[in-house]
Amino acid sequence: MLVRGVCLAEKKTKIDIFKNVLVPKHEILSEEEKTNLLEKLNISKEQLPKILSNDPAVKAIGAKSGDIVKIVRKSPVAGEYNYYRLVV
Amino acid sequence: MSHIKSIKFGLLSPAMIKKMASVEITVPELYDSDGFPIDNGLCDLRLGVIDPGMRCKVCGGTIGQCLGHFGYMELVKPVVNPLYGKVIFNILRTICRKCSRLLVDEDEVKKSGLKGAYKKAAKTCKYCGEKQKDISFEKPTTYFEGRRKITPEDIRERLEKITDRDAELLKIKGGRPEWMILTVLPIPPVTIRPSITLETGGRSEDDLTHKLVDVVRINERLKKNIELGAPDFIILDIWELLQYHVSTLIDNEIANIPPARHRSGRALKTLVQRLEKKEGRFRGNLTGKRVNFAARAVISPDTRISLNEVGVPLCVAKELTVPEMVNKINIGKMRDYVLNGENYPGANYVIKPDGTKKKVTEENKKEIAKELDIGYIVERHLVDGDITMFNRQPSLHRMSMMAHRARITPWRTFTLNLTATIPYNADFDGDEMNLHVPQDEEARTEAEMLMLVQNNIRSPRYGLPIIACKHDHISGSYLLTKEKKIDKKDVAQLLLNAFGPEFVMNNISEMGPCSGKEIFSLLLPEGLNIEFRSATCMGCNKCQKEKCPYDAYVVIKNGRLLKGVIDENALGEKKGKLLNRIEKQFGPDVAGKFLDSVSKLVLEFLTKKGFSISISDCDISKHAENMLNRAKEKTDETNKQTKKHKEDWEKIIIRAGNEIVNKCGEIVKNDIKENNIIVMVKSGARGSYVTVTQTSGVIGQKVLAGKLMKRGYTNRTTSHFVRGNLDMESHGFIKSNYKNGLSPIEFFFDAASSRENLMDKSLQTKHSGYMERRLINALQDLKVESDFTVRDSRHIIVQFVPGEDGIDPAKSDGGSINMEILE
Repeated sequence: MLVRGVCLAEKKTKIDIFKNVLVPKHEILSEEEKTNLLEKLNISKEQLPKILSNDPAVKAIGAKSGDIVKIVRKSPVAGEYNYYRLVV
Repeated sequence: MSHIKSIKFGLLSPAMIKKMASVEITVPELYDSDGFPIDNGLCDLRLGVIDPGMRCKVCGGTIGQCLGHFGYMELVKPVVNPLYGKVIFNILRTICRKCSRLLVDEDEVKKSGLKGAYKKAAKTCKYCGEKQKDISFEKPTTYFEGRRKITPEDIRERLEKITDRDAELLKIKGGRPEWMILTVLPIPPVTIRPSITLETGGRSEDDLTHKLVDVVRINERLKKNIELGAPDFIILDIWELLQYHVSTLIDNEIANIPPARHRSGRALKTLVQRLEKKEGRFRGNLTGKRVNFAARAVISPDTRISLNEVGVPLCVAKELTVPEMVNKINIGKMRDYVLNGENYPGANYVIKPDGTKKKVTEENKKEIAKELDIGYIVERHLVDGDITMFNRQPSLHRMSMMAHRARITPWRTFTLNLTATIPYNADFDGDEMNLHVPQDEEARTEAEMLMLVQNNIRSPRYGLPIIACKHDHISGSYLLTKEKKIDKKDVAQLLLNAFGPEFVMNNISEMGPCSGKEIFSLLLPEGLNIEFRSATCMGCNKCQKEKCPYDAYVVIKNGRLLKGVIDENALGEKKGKLLNRIEKQFGPDVAGKFLDSVSKLVLEFLTKKGFSISISDCDISKHAENMLNRAKEKTDETNKQTKKHKEDWEKIIIRAGNEIVNKCGEIVKNDIKENNIIVMVKSGARGSYVTVTQTSGVIGQKVLAGKLMKRGYTNRTTSHFVRGNLDMESHGFIKSNYKNGLSPIEFFFDAASSRENLMDKSLQTKHSGYMERRLINALQDLKVESDFTVRDSRHIIVQFVPGEDGIDPAKSDGGSINMEILE
């Protein structure tokens, strides 16, 4: 284990966290999608749920503060369920 | 009174304490020899008024108007505020002992904050070059530098030197750091520590006053000793005592210091104790309050009242009142209430339009009745039909509190319909319940529309009936719908109970002998079509539907029961398909009336027919007895096997045990003819084939901590077995049944397992109660808005689609949607 840890650090290999089954798909919304979403919900973006900019998934997709990320979650009752969070 | 614009939490500065005070306290005595408050004592008149009729010396207000005024006390020597002990410690080791500048880089402070920065503190101050010493902290209020104690005076000096910028970096907000060392003590007004006048004329002071007296007394003693020039060690001793008294004044439950006690030995309730815990100011007085117009009594069953009603004793109805505004239409009625006075149905109080409240008495009732006019409010006694709210603790779900219409009874207990016991989880072995009377029209309307029992038949958790038939209702309807022929006069009697005399008189010409199914059909609404399997279904390989040989397939066409028996699968909690459909198709009004009339009809039928059980109902034939014994011989065989396969003995025993129990279950089930116990089991009213098997067949394997019985002595469970014995009987398998009785060893195993179950149950209820509390606190403001998003009280979205799938479980059929009945 230790040897592997050292190797990873040396090569600076990144672990793809999205390969883990427990991490849902995250994607950044384009400006157009953003306005469409906010218009559809008739809200300001502050009324969306928040996600910290230092969240591992947010860092991995390179979202910046002010972006909206779309999270496609697996749901036991609804199959797939879209969730939107504002990066802060 | 002015409105609160904002609240700021922080430290009080000594200057501020003096500024808000109206008097300096210097005398430890409370009253002089005449019993008059001493000036500058802890009951100084300038601290506020607590006696009726007195006026405040400061603001001139009377008892309700004057909220009291603070005093202050100059502490001769400063002391540490015990609530900030840890914070002071962290500051002390992050700053220089000489110049009070930070010993850490600014960036480090920003990164790790006050709690972590000390780890990187320099050994020598980079500003003044002073060598630092090790600082240690002895809880709650003592600090050492090396071996020398640092006095609060020294600490204060160091804290004073901290620059405002450094304080900001250390995230000390709401005041200067040196204010954590007390030099001036605010004396709370007497209004928050009122003294009680005893019957003997003597006065009993509040805990807080007692504690304050101690503080003042020690402070004065310290002052005197310093003035006299007493030796240092005496001064230090008294100083420490002052610290103790101030500490316990603030918090009397600090670890490592003995709590200050009352003369009786009871620990004093000081400032922190007033706020903390369940009975404290927050949980006890702000989030939860005591209310008026509430009653509590033992509950009893009443089969004759509607499920929407609650029986209220007359003596309770005379205490609980409903305020009613007098208007043109009701003035005559209201006048009658007032004229009745204390006699039911009367009134207790009348409120005039100017807001004055008058008690209605025998003497003044005629006068008030005469005066009564439009715009007056009469607080009249509770009468039949008034909306009340009924509750049983623990309130685990929203059906734990429902609205019932009052029904005044001459008895002394609250009574309720049996169908309503399920959501309350109530029985009548001494349970008590609470009753509340809403006091305005909005509350009453809301209660009636949202909380009335019939509007809560369907559970919002899974969308199936939670208010349903139980016990005798189910066995009764099973027997009724099985009955082939009922005489004309019995029919009349049954219908009289279910529908009342009017219905019988209007339809008497059409009445004649008929079957139980025909009578039951009268309860069903027209237009109801449903088919389902009843609880008596034998689970044949191929269902013959309406041709079922056991009459277990229910067919209802246009409100007529054509085939099948009505049992748990039609009327029961969570399972009642018939009840579920009626509620869904015809609404709560019809469903409520259906439940009422079913229970009345069926109970009358059962009473007429007679229904009792006996131990002999569990008797089995000689033949079956022999078969049981043969099945139990398997134990001997198993015991031989365990000796051979020692590694697998547990698995072998469990498998053999199951086999024996299943076999005996079959034997018992096939042998006992349909008697009243079997009726209860088959219809789902009470009990199961397992309990019947345990009574007359075999009890089976008992487990402890999820495993076979293994505890006890070395290599054996009790001293009645040889060590290393691997027999079934020595590890909790019970061959006997409850009817024939258990052997002493079997009894022991049974008791051990039962005790475990009982303990688990009582421990689990504690957990579920706390879980409920946390869940309610976390979710209380969430709401589905009109645009179908779930939002909190700040209108921030929590879920974009409620429950992720948008299905309201309350309107579903056990979580899914029944497409068959959707138009």
